[in-house]
Amino acid sequence: MATPKPRVKVPKKADKGEVITIKTLISHPMESGQRKDKKTGELIPRKIINKFTCEFNGQIVFSCDLDPAVSANPYLQFNAKVNEAGTFKFTWVDDDGSVYETEKNIKVN
Amino acid sequence: MTLTRREALGLSAGAAAFLAIGTKVSFANADATEAAIMEFTGGATPAEGKISLDTPEIAENGNTVPVGVTVDSPMTADSYVASVLILADGNPNPAVATFHFSAISGDAEAKTRIRLAKTQNVVAVAKMNDGSTFIDRKEVKVTIGGCGG
Repeated sequence: MATPKPRVKVPKKADKGEVITIKTLISHPMESGQRKDKKTGELIPRKIINKFTCEFNGQIVFSCDLDPAVSANPYLQFNAKVNEAGTFKFTWVDDDGSVYETEKNIKVN
Repeated sequence: MTLTRREALGLSAGAAAFLAIGTKVSFANADATEAAIMEFTGGATPAEGKISLDTPEIAENGNTVPVGVTVDSPMTADSYVASVLILADGNPNPAVATFHFSAISGDAEAKTRIRLAKTQNVVAVAKMNDGSTFIDRKEVKVTIGGCGG
């Protein structure tokens, strides 16, 4: 399987104190552990992203625990209040322990 | 023992009802959903209001159903939404996702896409930083189930 590719949309700049909307998507099959292999009839083992975190300058803004009922290529949209310029850090944790990360900078007017 | 026609019909109707209940128990998780809500709230019954769940009335494809949740809160350091639990009571496992907010989330609002196995209720429970809880439920009609059956 290809390495999951995270995609994040954050505005490049914002006014001080503005509430911005952040959209994230990561390519991942989110195998629920409920499906059977059509040829062998055996259950396909569960493999999902179980945790997502968004930090801003080291402070947690938003995090989410995901269960198998979240769709493939999990999409998350949430808000953040920007009081200063800085860096958003996004982290996804896979069932097998792999961690996928990406970062975005934001300027403040 | 001989059965009259009337008795025989009654028996088969009873058996059919029993079967219907049997299949329901193996899939629907109303009890598990209630248990998950109680675990999340710490035994308190959540109040109505403040939280609103945004779901489509009819989802053609149960594999990706857009779900949004908004909680009415000032989102300051003293008063903010700590977390929101999303449940689907007709899935094999009711848990869907748990959002955790913070005082710098700005607005307590989040959206994602979920899988629904069949027509069922989606439940959202919000927990404030002071421990009070609020609930909203919406029924979503699913045309094609999304658990890969």
